[in-house]
This record gives sequence, C-alpha cells and structure tokens, in this order.
Amino acid sequence: MIRFEQVSKSYSGGVQALQKISFHIQPGEMAFLTGHSGAGKSTLLKLISIMERPSAGHVFINGHDLSKISRKQIPYVRRDIGMIFQNHRLLRDNTIFDNIALPLIIEGYGLKEIRKRVDTALDKVGLLDKARYYPNMLSGGEQQRVGIARAVVNTPPILLADEPTGNLDPKLSLEIMRLFEEFNSVGTSVLIATHDLGLIARMKYRTLTLTKGRMVQDGLQAEENQGAEL
Amino acid sequence: MSLLFKQRNSAGANQRKLGIVAKIIAFFVGNIRHWLAALGDIWRDPIPSILTVAVLGVSLTLPSIMYVVAKNAQSVEQHWQNAAEISLFLHTDLSDKQIQTFVKQVQLHAKVEKVTFVSNEQALDEFEQLSGFGDALNLLEANPLPNVLIVIPLAEYALASPAADLLTELEQMREVEFGKLDIEWLRRLNAVLSLIKDTMGSLGVLLCISVVLIVGNTIRLSIINRKEEIEVLKLVGATDGFIQRPFLFTGLWYGFFGGLIAWLSIEIMLYYLSGSIVRIADLYQSDFRLSGLSVAEMVNLLLISMGLGLSGSYLVVRKQILLIEPDSSI
Ligand SMILES: Nc1ncnc2c1ncn2[C@@H]1O[C@H](COP(=O)(O)OP(=O)(O)O)[C@@H](O)[C@H]1O
Ligand SMILES: [Mg+2]
Repeated sequence: MIRFEQVSKSYSGGVQALQKISFHIQPGEMAFLTGHSGAGKSTLLKLISIMERPSAGHVFINGHDLSKISRKQIPYVRRDIGMIFQNHRLLRDNTIFDNIALPLIIEGYGLKEIRKRVDTALDKVGLLDKARYYPNMLSGGEQQRVGIARAVVNTPPILLADEPTGNLDPKLSLEIMRLFEEFNSVGTSVLIATHDLGLIARMKYRTLTLTKGRMVQDGLQAEENQGAEL
Repeated sequence: MSLLFKQRNSAGANQRKLGIVAKIIAFFVGNIRHWLAALGDIWRDPIPSILTVAVLGVSLTLPSIMYVVAKNAQSVEQHWQNAAEISLFLHTDLSDKQIQTFVKQVQLHAKVEKVTFVSNEQALDEFEQLSGFGDALNLLEANPLPNVLIVIPLAEYALASPAADLLTELEQMREVEFGKLDIEWLRRLNAVLSLIKDTMGSLGVLLCISVVLIVGNTIRLSIINRKEEIEVLKLVGATDGFIQRPFLFTGLWYGFFGGLIAWLSIEIMLYYLSGSIVRIADLYQSDFRLSGLSVAEMVNLLLISMGLGLSGSYLVVRKQILLIEPDSSI
C-alpha cells in the first residue's frame, strides 16, 4: 500500500532529514513511526502526502510512483489519504459539521450524501451531539476527534497521523488510538507518527523507528530495545 | 475520481454526461451557491470590502461622469450644427431680375434647405436700428451694403466640412462676390469635444487600471488573511480552481458594488446639476436637458466594472494561491 524505496530527503538548509529509507506497509496494515523529535517522522509522512518531494528514491502508493504525479494531480492523491495533525487544523470560523464536510464539498458531493456521511463520521467519533458547535467550544480531545472524523469522512484507504496524541493525556490518547484501530479493522491502512513510546508499547503493532533520518528498526517494538535506541 | 485507486470512485461527485447547454446551465446554477458564499464572505468581514468598494465607486464615477458630459456635449453640438448657415454676398451690379433668378436657382439646389434674401435696403434699415448710427448713415450717398442671400443647407450638409464644400460650390457662381460660412466656432467646439473625449479615454483607461489594481490588492490581502484556511483546503485535497473560485466571485461582487456606487453618484450629481442646467438652457432659449445613463448604459457600466473586478482578482489569485503551500504540520 505504502512503499518507500531508498528514499532520501535533504532540505535546502543542508539538513539530511531522511537517508535511504525503505519499507512497505501492506494494505490494511496499521503501523507506528517513532523516533526522537527531529528524527524525520513528519518529513516521512509529508513525502506520502506529497507536501514534500524526495531528493532521491521513490515513494509508491498502491503501486503508483508518486514522482509521476504532477502538481495538478496532487489534490486527487490527497483525497485518498486522510491526514490527522497534532494541532487538529480545524477551521475556526466553521462549525464542526462544516469542518467534517470539507473533503466531501471539495469532491462535489450532494447535500444529502454529505449529511449522511458527516453524521456517520460524527457518530463514529462520538460527537453526534456537537455538530453545530465551533471548534473552540470543544476540549482538546474532542477537537482531535473532529480532526479524525474529517480525515475518515470520505473513507480513504490510507490514514496518516502526525503526533495525534501530542497534546492529550494518556487516557485520551488511548481512546484516540482505539479509534484508529477501529478504522484499521475495516481495512484502512494506518500510519501513526508518535514519540509516545508508552502508548506504542501497549498497542503491539509494527513499529518503524527513525534515528537521525535513518531507519534503525522495523518490526514489533521490543521493550528492551526502547532504552537502547531512544 | 481517484488516481491511485481504480475501484474507488466518489459516489457523490456527479459524472453524468451533459450536453453543452445543460453544462452552461449547470455552471450558472451550480455557481449561485458560490456567488452567495462570496457575498457571505464579504458580509462577514465588511470593513475592507466597504473601503475597497467605495474607492472603486469613486474611480468608476470619474470616467462615467466624463462619459455623460461627452454625451451631453454631443447633443449640444448636434443642436447647434443645424444652425450652420452660409451668407452669400452678391455683386452690386445685378439687376432685380437677375437677383430673382439667382435666388430661385439657389433655392432649387439639391443641398439647400432654405434661402432667405436680405436686400441691401433691408440690411441698411436693420443696421440703422441696431447701431443707432441713423443720422450718420444719411450722409452716405449710396447704400454701401451688398444684397445678401442666407442659405441654410440640408441637415446632412450642415456639418463643418460638407458645409464648407457647399460654400465653395456656391462661391463659383457668377452672381456671388464672396461667401462666408460662420462655422469656425463649430470647428473649435468640435476640437474641444474631441480633446475632452481623448482625455476621457486615457483617463478612463488609467482609472480602470487602478480599479483592477485596487481589487487585486484587496483580494491579495484577503488571501493572505485566510492562509490557514487555504492550507487546510489544500491538505484535504482541494484543487487550486476550487480554492480560487470564491476569491474570483468576491472580485465580481466588488466590481458590481463599485459600479452601483458610480451609477448612484452620477444620478445624484445629475439631479443636483439639472436645476442650474435648466436655468442656463432657458437663458439660451434652448430646450436642452441633461440626460443621464440609459438602462443599457447602466448595464454596460455594471458589466465593465464587474469585468474589471474579475480581472483584478484573477491577476492575483492564481499566483497567491500557488504561493501558499501546506507547511510543517507542527
Ligand atoms: N522545511 C524544512 N526546512 C529545513 N529543514 C527542515 C524542514 N522541515 C524539517 N526540517 C529538518 O528536518 C529534520 C527532520 O524534521 P521532522 O521531519 O520534522 O522531524 P520529526 O517530525 O521527527 O520531529 C529536522 O532536523 C528538521 O529541523
Ligand atoms: Mg514532527
């Protein structure tokens, strides 16, 4: 589903953010991406959503080489990827409903279909009663759930999350992770970048570990390795 | 449409095949929502919009006023042109009979509307009365004034140059000593009018450019203000076209309201001026009245100003929206 082949990324300042990264995430797989701050997690996710382009190597989604995707085609690629951010990135002036409806409006869905899908998404994240609220009326955990609802409302085959629990306490974080598991269980591929190792340890999923832009481990996170690597 | 996943097709996006007419109708119907949405955006943040629209209104009023002035001046000109007349001064040695034949001859001329014969006695009488030199004139032995034939050309020969042609033609005639066409002032009026029109043209172009720039700058600022929103739109897969659309419609609305203000100010100004114009016209015993913008002209004004608003936003929207890229997800 998501395949990296010898991908390197250096930023204009000369920073080598990623070096020769290769991995393959299968359709329907859920995986964590971890590493210290500055290890290159966000960069790796940005290469998937084409917010950045690799300096070398190739990224494939569903077998399609992203280097062949033109600027004009990028929006259509992003419609296949649900993205979740640490700071939610909700529109302050729009209601929760309108925020979640955004991907559907962009794709030109009719009003009836939009209502149906937004309600389904709101129901999944347990915020059906807050549809008419504005983002700043919600708690941090609720806002993050709105972000997730927006990411899944058009049922994309891929979900990417960059530090989705960064601002949340452990209990709320676990709730959010359970949501991701739920979406994964219906076949969505999920890749979550986080430095919350405690959380990863409790979840038992494949974990890709980055250190200074290099992939130092790929597999089930073993407890004894955590101390050594991070 | 999905590029990467063949089996995945957004059910909601209508991909029905439409005829060209249906497409055009769908475009307008589909865009009513965007029209209203853009109006809603203006409404939500009205201050910069009001300022912009006011500046547009003023900028558009000036060329429109000049247009109205030129239009009215033209109708004044037409008024006067009908008064073009040629005076033919006849040789003094003609007999009455010769004069009568000549008057008939001119009367029958194809380009002549009307002739009035003023004999030298009539002319002298008139001169006596008007000048008050009656006694002095009595000292003269013979009447020094020539017989004069006043020729009024047909309307289509009343303009400056055909009237001059007619004059040369009549001057060729044996009975005429010389002729005079008092049309210099008409030429001057013409020159002044064309100067006004040229000035209006170039000033109008400058003011239209300023309208485009003002709209462009306002739209540019509002795009910068909504950077965050645009980033989010790009992240969830909005095309540049989708993001541009509301700004283009905002430009159209700016043009519309600017044009409306221009039209209103012209009407107010004309109403204010019409009193004094009537007084002047009465002094000149003319039934001239100021005419404002006709419905067609008003529609034109609105279309032009909307076109300018649209071009202003189009100029900046593409580039500005390209510049905004969803950045570090922080
Ligand atoms: N836009 C950028 N320009 C230059 N350097 C960048 C940019 N984004 C990230 N970096 C650098 O790349 C490295 C990896 O950053 P990032 O991918 O954000 O790491 P993480 O998400 O794991 O904290 C860091 O050293 C960071 O400073
Ligand atoms: Mg990061």
